Amino acid sequence: MTGSVQTETARSGVAAIANVFSRVREAQRGALIAYLCAGDPNLPTTEALLIALGEVGADLVELGIPYGDPLADGPTIASAAQRALAGGTTLEATLACAARARLRGAPPILAFTYVNPVARYGVERFADALVAAGLCGAIVPDIPFEETDALRVAFAARGLALPLLIAPSTPQPRAAAIASRSTGFTYLVSRLGVTGARREPDFAWLAKRAAALRTINATPLAVGFGISTAQHVHQACAIADGAIVGSALIDAYAGAHVTQVVARVRAIAGELSAATSRPAQ
Amino acid sequence: MTEPDARGYFGAFGGRFVPEVLVAALTELEAGMKEAFADSTFWDAYHAMLRDFVGRPSPLMEATRFTGDDGAAAVLFKREDLNHTGAHKINNTVGQGLLAARMGKKRIIAETGAGQHGVATATIGAKLGIPVDVYMGALDVERQSLNVHVMRLLGATVHAVHSGTRTLKDATNEAFREWAACSDETFYVIGSVVGAHPYPYMVREFQKVIGVEARAQMLERYGRLPSDVVACVGGGSNALGIFAAFAADPDVRLWGVEAAGLGLEASDTAASLGAGSVGILHGSRSYLLQTPEGQVRNTHSISAGLDYPGVGPEHAYLKECGRAEYVAVTDDQALAAFHRCAAREGIVPALESAHALAFAQSLAGERGAGGCVLVNLSGRGDKDVGQVRQRPRNGMETRASR
Repeated sequence: MTGSVQTETARSGVAAIANVFSRVREAQRGALIAYLCAGDPNLPTTEALLIALGEVGADLVELGIPYGDPLADGPTIASAAQRALAGGTTLEATLACAARARLRGAPPILAFTYVNPVARYGVERFADALVAAGLCGAIVPDIPFEETDALRVAFAARGLALPLLIAPSTPQPRAAAIASRSTGFTYLVSRLGVTGARREPDFAWLAKRAAALRTINATPLAVGFGISTAQHVHQACAIADGAIVGSALIDAYAGAHVTQVVARVRAIAGELSAATSRPAQ
Repeated sequence: MTEPDARGYFGAFGGRFVPEVLVAALTELEAGMKEAFADSTFWDAYHAMLRDFVGRPSPLMEATRFTGDDGAAAVLFKREDLNHTGAHKINNTVGQGLLAARMGKKRIIAETGAGQHGVATATIGAKLGIPVDVYMGALDVERQSLNVHVMRLLGATVHAVHSGTRTLKDATNEAFREWAACSDETFYVIGSVVGAHPYPYMVREFQKVIGVEARAQMLERYGRLPSDVVACVGGGSNALGIFAAFAADPDVRLWGVEAAGLGLEASDTAASLGAGSVGILHGSRSYLLQTPEGQVRNTHSISAGLDYPGVGPEHAYLKECGRAEYVAVTDDQALAAFHRCAAREGIVPALESAHALAFAQSLAGERGAGGCVLVNLSGRGDKDVGQVRQRPRNGMETRASR
């Protein structure tokens, strides 16, 4: 084992995420979880974005490993992935970028990846690579929990988190089964469909589902898909423990000159972070 | 034929690799399918529509002049090209359309590559009075403008998909995304034995009529079974449709013919079983043309209907267990067979089917007299005439050899 592996095992990815949620809870707010697509517009910018996001108040980052056939993503993230792939971004280069950003003070990072590149890379090898890069775990959005056994075993052995998703169409008994297997946090999909701002989140449903899940375990809940405004973040943080924003950050810089990307993301992420405060209970 | 296990696996292949948001939709579909499959009135309605609307049973024809070799095995064509809309695709859309109506769905969506499945879906939507939205890669919309027009005539809305490679795989991604957003009222009609469980099984069951008819026609007319059954494989629905009825006949060899494109060693190929590796695409684990990084590769075939990076999971299973054998035929070989079939049998075949014909010709020579090669002539070639016309005539088939 390398030194970095031992350091990260001592403070596992699951523990690092738990620490994020307990810290924001103490501050009476929700966590801002930012999604970025690695390599869009290029990896040095991604590295700068990871650090800047931490500075303006993102508590956790989902770093997308670009995939050409992203079934769970809408046009914004799918296009970002196409640009990143066209620039030659790979899984290993993504993890190396994340590792550098972590050393430079970026917030805790989870990988966000489709299943086929992981299957191809090898589940155990992927888990080792996450640990070596200092990542907290991974989200794999295109598999249901029945297909997560190999990932969960490999991740649990290394203290890595594997947040699982619950959709509005998930019946409650199934949601309970998912929540009991989810580590780090449980990912509540805000509405039917894919990522992006096409439809409004269904906050009434979210409140009901969150209340039901709170009775099952203490795993934090985060809301994602379609969370695109400060108002959405505020509503999500009133219901759950965190809000996940992706497409809105990418829309903020898509089309801008590469030198403007960090400033644009900084501005919007700052606004979103300010919206995470929760009324005192 | 093998039934998938409770999780939708044929051996190590298949399954349900989809975002959680689609699991409820697939569970509902599976329940609706099982209930319909157990109801004889559903099958009565299906067979009545195949008879009166599609024109089944399709004929079994002796291709007496196709090989031009007296020492070769007999070659028989199962004439799926004579179906309404010109291919086997309609067998499946009739079945799924009736299931959509039975499940009370208000809208049908479909993906299409060359447009054949889109046309077959638009056709059944018009017949049943259910609105249809078809997702089609923007590149394919340009290349197949005639089929786009036909779908619109039939009342369907065609959506051009501009993401990724702007072809069939991207249209399939988009149809899945659309289904994720509105599966409560929408039925997704998949066009091949691909996708998440229960699609590969369900589509096979709707295409099985091809093999069931062909087997009965063989026994009735010739009192024997074929030595070999040959079908082209893109996603693989016409092949599984004919294989299904012969799988329990150990002496019948089953041959799937993939599109090699420019060749199996070339990067321009569409032969997932011949040149790919195990991977996950569009909801199931099967063979896949992919990069070492696990990205889906661009494919090439002269035949748009075979130009797909994946293949149905049951084919992967049949390959692994050895029950079916898979070979590949290049663009040029398929084109030669296309011309040969037109000139010697009076049938302009689909370029997809021409892949099966090319292999059947060499197989018939190998088998020799006494052999009997049954080919699934899965579609007619009207749609391909424009494309073939633009290509220089292949030298393998000359006027002198007719």
